[in-house]
Amino acid sequence: MTLSVQHLWLIPALPLLAAAIGALTPSGGRTLAASAAIAAMVAAFVLSCCALVAALADPTANLTYNFTWFDLGTGAVRLGWLLNPLTAFMCVMVTFVGTLIFVFSLGYMHDDENFTRFFCFLSLFAAAMLGIVVSNSLLFLFVSWELVGLASYLLIGFWFQKPEAAAAAKKAFITTRIGDLGLLLGMVWLYHARGTLLFFDGGAGVLEPASLTALMVSTLSCGLAVSTAISLLIFCGAVGKSGQFPLHVWLPDAMEGPTPVSALIHAATMVAAGVFLIARIYPLMEADYHHHNLPIHALTVVAFIGAITALMGALIAVAQNDIKRVLAFSTVSQLGFMMLAIGVGSWVAAIFHLLTHAFFKALLFLGAGSVIHAAHHEQDMRKLGGLSGPMRVTFLTFAVGMMALAGVPFLFSGFWSKEAILHAAHAWDVSHIPLYFGLTAVVLTAFYMTRLVAETFFGKPRSHAAGLAHENPAVMTVPLVILAACAILLSLLAWPTPWLQHQLDPQAHTEPGGLSLMMLSIVLVALGLGAGWALYGRLLRTNASAPDPLAAALPRLHAFLAARMMFDELYAATFGRLSNGLAALADGLDRYVWGGLVNLVARLGQFGGLVNREADEDGLNAGFDAVSRKVRSVGQIYSRAQTGETHGYLRVIALGFVVLVLLVMLGGVR
Amino acid sequence: MNTLQLCLLISSALFCIGLAGALSRTNTILVLLGIELMLNAANLNFIAFWRFNPAPLPATGVIFVIFAIAVAAAEAAVGLALVIAIYRHQQNIRLQDATRLKG
Repeated sequence: MTLSVQHLWLIPALPLLAAAIGALTPSGGRTLAASAAIAAMVAAFVLSCCALVAALADPTANLTYNFTWFDLGTGAVRLGWLLNPLTAFMCVMVTFVGTLIFVFSLGYMHDDENFTRFFCFLSLFAAAMLGIVVSNSLLFLFVSWELVGLASYLLIGFWFQKPEAAAAAKKAFITTRIGDLGLLLGMVWLYHARGTLLFFDGGAGVLEPASLTALMVSTLSCGLAVSTAISLLIFCGAVGKSGQFPLHVWLPDAMEGPTPVSALIHAATMVAAGVFLIARIYPLMEADYHHHNLPIHALTVVAFIGAITALMGALIAVAQNDIKRVLAFSTVSQLGFMMLAIGVGSWVAAIFHLLTHAFFKALLFLGAGSVIHAAHHEQDMRKLGGLSGPMRVTFLTFAVGMMALAGVPFLFSGFWSKEAILHAAHAWDVSHIPLYFGLTAVVLTAFYMTRLVAETFFGKPRSHAAGLAHENPAVMTVPLVILAACAILLSLLAWPTPWLQHQLDPQAHTEPGGLSLMMLSIVLVALGLGAGWALYGRLLRTNASAPDPLAAALPRLHAFLAARMMFDELYAATFGRLSNGLAALADGLDRYVWGGLVNLVARLGQFGGLVNREADEDGLNAGFDAVSRKVRSVGQIYSRAQTGETHGYLRVIALGFVVLVLLVMLGGVR
Repeated sequence: MNTLQLCLLISSALFCIGLAGALSRTNTILVLLGIELMLNAANLNFIAFWRFNPAPLPATGVIFVIFAIAVAAAEAAVGLALVIAIYRHQQNIRLQDATRLKG
């Protein structure tokens, strides 16, 4: 059974409907809201599978369905849906991982009084992400993109009564908005240059050869190709959304939200959106690549940003103590890997890593959520420990996720996707620096994940809450088991044949990987695991306040990394202070300069009023008053004739009559 | 003395009686009565001049008088309404007391 591209909108519409139901359900209707959300996700998953079947029937085709949204002047704003293997794989991943996270949330949020609101927001989040995936228009993609931002704001700040959560939500929203400004500018420029924002439109779309050639050959005064400039602006949006250096600061703080939200942000939605966007517009990113006279290529920037992010995230993760923060920085690092892959020309490897990472990172976050839920919201790994016995399912699945993330060879999907990225970086002919950064990050990833597992699950419980922890109900453990199975089974996408990569991009010729590079990365993973075990596994921490062995050896470096390389402080000291200064300047300008001007005008008005009043009262009014007084006095004199006595009047009438008669008699009648 | 002169004399007498009444009485109703008398003296004149005209137009004087009586009836109604209003105000109908409209 297949899904035709006209009906692709159903996939995001179903979760959106569930969100509407959740929004209209009173807080007592927990079952209705949750079952609507989960049912919508399951239905969307089924539809996504149908769409995948349709897309794989001809992997090279970009099936589109475009329609006019509204007419604007002589032109029209057109939107559309796009179905190709990239869309379909993303849809399947988002709906599948999303469904499992929704089910897990049933258990995790069971005691929360805003249960229905939570499911409403989750559905909105998923719907927005699916909207990004199915869109054939940068405009609709941008709308969904902003909806993702809104939903992330609502969910990170879900426990808004906590000040940290409210601040983190604000930080995530504002930081991503900085990137989105670039995306918006890029979009406007693209529309200005091409008059359309459709990706594929029978030859007229922006990602089709005619448009790419036109964008590439026109250059700006600074020597940059227009396509490079637009690509870099759009990349800004991805930097913000995908937590790339230097806009990664919001991602670790997003941990303040409920753990299923973290899983959703880090695995299926939000951060995946940035990588997906760059993969979607890859033809545009790549357009300037073979143009040798340009000072800079868009993909080079992407590769270096990705490499820096990968290394930086891994370094910071080494020194964090909060379980979720370690995972958050590992997400930053892995997203760096994905960007690196796109930058070195292999978006297929990036999407492969995105898919595998979604599964094992969701697994790790839900595992961490399971631990946190069992240990009464204790997140500091120094205070946990000894959980491998009482929480056997969580421990085993978490270990699978950890090995997939660390890239333990052959059995785990993470190994294959990471291998694909390193291989692409090795084959890049511009520079090998990203490769070296990536290899260093591989060692560090294995190291900090070993530390995380050793500290959390081994040894003795180091706090009362950890001692009381016991396994969670099946509603929380079953999603973990399914995700763990997927983290292993997804290896089949790349091995023994690179099936997924072939489906995504049939033209990509994936020559068999260099065996020496694979051996090197296996050695590096083993090195990281061994170092982690030597430092944290062999000599287990005995109490929560015992010093960290790494901090004892390199105190200054460790403190620097623990403070997250001082990025927050740096931003506070530069942008924060700049913004404060500007605000103070604007305030002063407003208060004294503009306010003074306005007051001056007001004074002038008052003065004019005063002059007017004086002229009125002393000049005009005096004349009228004099006239009026005269009229009154004359009137008073005449009014004496009105005596009010009827007989008086009658007498006067009679007298007048007599006079008339006498006049007639004396003068005769003429 | 012919009939016309007689009629004019009667009407003059009537007029003078009315005028004296209107000027001398304090009771408002009696003043109104006096005025009615003067009005009717005028009506009598109309009739007399019409009746003894050497070439009278048909019904002229009578029409005049009927109109005058109708107007007088309306005027009497208004006058009596005023009397009632005055009585409501000052509990009597002495015309000398109703001086509130003086200037």
